Amino acid sequence: MATTAPTAPAAARRAVRTRAPRGGFLLRRLGFYAAAAAAAVVLNFLLPRLMPGDPSSAIVEELQRVSGQQVPPETLESIRAIFGDPDENLGEQFLAYVGQLARFDLGVSVVNFPVPVSELVLQALPWTLLLVGSTTVLAFLLGTGLGVVAGWRAGSRLDSVLTPLTAFLSSVPYFWVALLALWVFGFVLGWFPLSGGYDPNLTEGVNLPFLASVLHYGALPAATIVFSAFGGWLLGMRNMTVTTVREDYVLLAQAKGLSRGRVVLRYAARNAMLPSFTGFAMALGGVIGGALLTETVFSYPGIGYLLFEALTKRDYPMMQGVFLIVTLATLLANLLADSLYAVLDPRIRERG
Amino acid sequence: MTPPAPHDDLLRVTGLTVDYVTDGDPVRACADVTFTLRRGEILGVAGESGSGKSTLVTALSRLQRPPAVTTAGSIEFRPRGGDAVDLVTASPRTLRSLRWTSVSIVLQSAMDALNPVMRLGAQFADALRTHDRTLSRQAAWDRAAELLTTVGISGDRVRSYPHELSGGMRQRAGIALALACGPDLVVMDEPTTAVDVVMQRMILAQVLCLRRELGFAVVFVTHDLSLLLELADRIAVMYAGRVVELGTAQELYEAPRHPYTRGLRDSFPPLRAPLRRLTGIPGSPPDLRRPPSGCPFHPRCAERFAGCDTHLPDLGPAGGDGHLVACRLYDAAPGRDRTVTLEGSAR
Repeated sequence: MATTAPTAPAAARRAVRTRAPRGGFLLRRLGFYAAAAAAAVVLNFLLPRLMPGDPSSAIVEELQRVSGQQVPPETLESIRAIFGDPDENLGEQFLAYVGQLARFDLGVSVVNFPVPVSELVLQALPWTLLLVGSTTVLAFLLGTGLGVVAGWRAGSRLDSVLTPLTAFLSSVPYFWVALLALWVFGFVLGWFPLSGGYDPNLTEGVNLPFLASVLHYGALPAATIVFSAFGGWLLGMRNMTVTTVREDYVLLAQAKGLSRGRVVLRYAARNAMLPSFTGFAMALGGVIGGALLTETVFSYPGIGYLLFEALTKRDYPMMQGVFLIVTLATLLANLLADSLYAVLDPRIRERG
Repeated sequence: MTPPAPHDDLLRVTGLTVDYVTDGDPVRACADVTFTLRRGEILGVAGESGSGKSTLVTALSRLQRPPAVTTAGSIEFRPRGGDAVDLVTASPRTLRSLRWTSVSIVLQSAMDALNPVMRLGAQFADALRTHDRTLSRQAAWDRAAELLTTVGISGDRVRSYPHELSGGMRQRAGIALALACGPDLVVMDEPTTAVDVVMQRMILAQVLCLRRELGFAVVFVTHDLSLLLELADRIAVMYAGRVVELGTAQELYEAPRHPYTRGLRDSFPPLRAPLRRLTGIPGSPPDLRRPPSGCPFHPRCAERFAGCDTHLPDLGPAGGDGHLVACRLYDAAPGRDRTVTLEGSAR
């Protein structure tokens, strides 16, 4: 049996095959996301300028009407930079707009005049990340874990009860689940507060009563999100596991005499979760957008509720700001997910 | 360690019957399969698609999945320096201790048999370290590289993922993997079907060479009888879940007894013999949900005679030492209507 030392060209070829695409993959992805982010910024810049009339003047008038006082000149300038000035050159406007974004100046909220939009967004962001982020992860872990169990033992009693039940539950509309939970547990039983993210009588900060109230206020909205979301993960993971379990590499892993846990986790679930993981990455991208319905039903002080308020009160600067943040955050989350996927599936690195 | 006695039985399969349990009647994929395997021997199992040979592979290694169920028979396995174990009734615990250290398996398509998201070395290392808790991670990877070298793959390939290897390399890696824990028995399910003829030759030569070196026994399942004639010591021919003929490769090549074996042999061109007219076997394999009555081969058999459609022939002696055949043509029982005279009649 010839086991000759690899010749120089062969070694070089191997190096190219295993190393170069990895860097190439990341660069290609980065390029794609940079282009997408630029497109989002340009769209955000163009939209108000494509509107008929002069949205900036309308907003300034609205500001003066709501607040009953003269708008300060620097606010005026900021609004002009974001919403456009029909008399100015579009190229110069774009430069001014980008410069302002770089300083994270998103204008002033009409409803909450004179609080800047960026401040409101930064205030709401942690609440959304906490509530929607943690529940998204929790629902994914719970659904995926149960899905592996159901799929590994497809046709077992657990599977034949859990799977149809989950299919039924996940087809119940979310707003209905949320309203029902609020009515039963908040109103009838009175176990949980009806609205808000924390007890307003407590001082905000890292102290035990405050953190406990955050948990108490967040429990119900969190439970409804997990309840509605985990079923989808469970069904997807169960079906993927059923197909993966039939793969030869799982059979071979069993033939090797590996422990059942190792066969299930490292061979079956590890491969079955790849499609689910894509879905999870998309879901993470959506976290920043907030669960609009959840935050609205429970009046939770997150980005979704902020957007809902802005929509009902026609607070255009607020909407613009939220849209931009959501778009960029989604892109960032997807980039992260893409890179993680390349780590999880070595085959993807070469296909790009 | 002293080399085992040459005619020491490693595996005694008796009356092995595997059913696929369906909503209707069970489908019998292996029926009353009986054979022995000596240490270090290569037993070929040949048959068409649906003859039950793959079911036999999974039943032998206790890897069958529902709806396949072993309903009867025993598989007596004597590992080196251990007591005999019946693989059909062995507890999961006993079975796990035997897996890979005593019985390993090479699957048909190495493309699918290796975990696509694990490096080659890790797939060797987990088997090695499961069965030898004292082995360090580094030592396991070194051993993996060593094993790859024995099948002609450069040791630095342990860092590769399966998709970075060619089909032939993957198949050879699968064989190296099967030998990782020094098994007594390697069950090979069509390991050369997915590779080209040149690679097929190379793999077979390596299997023979490694067997000589390491002394493991092989059950080699394939539809390719001509390949078995060159590789195997003895060959079992399966038809409709039954062993219809069992003999040495030479016996089966020179004097096949069962009309089906003759048909199989005559449908391959010989490699080193004068050309002759090739004939196929008319008809198609039976539907196992509704097997024919009597001898399952009788609807396709050119030599059938009265009673073949009602009497199921037993696997019995046919001439040479240990040559067995299940065909009424060779039935020694008196008072039967014979339409064909026998040469070298049964004992």
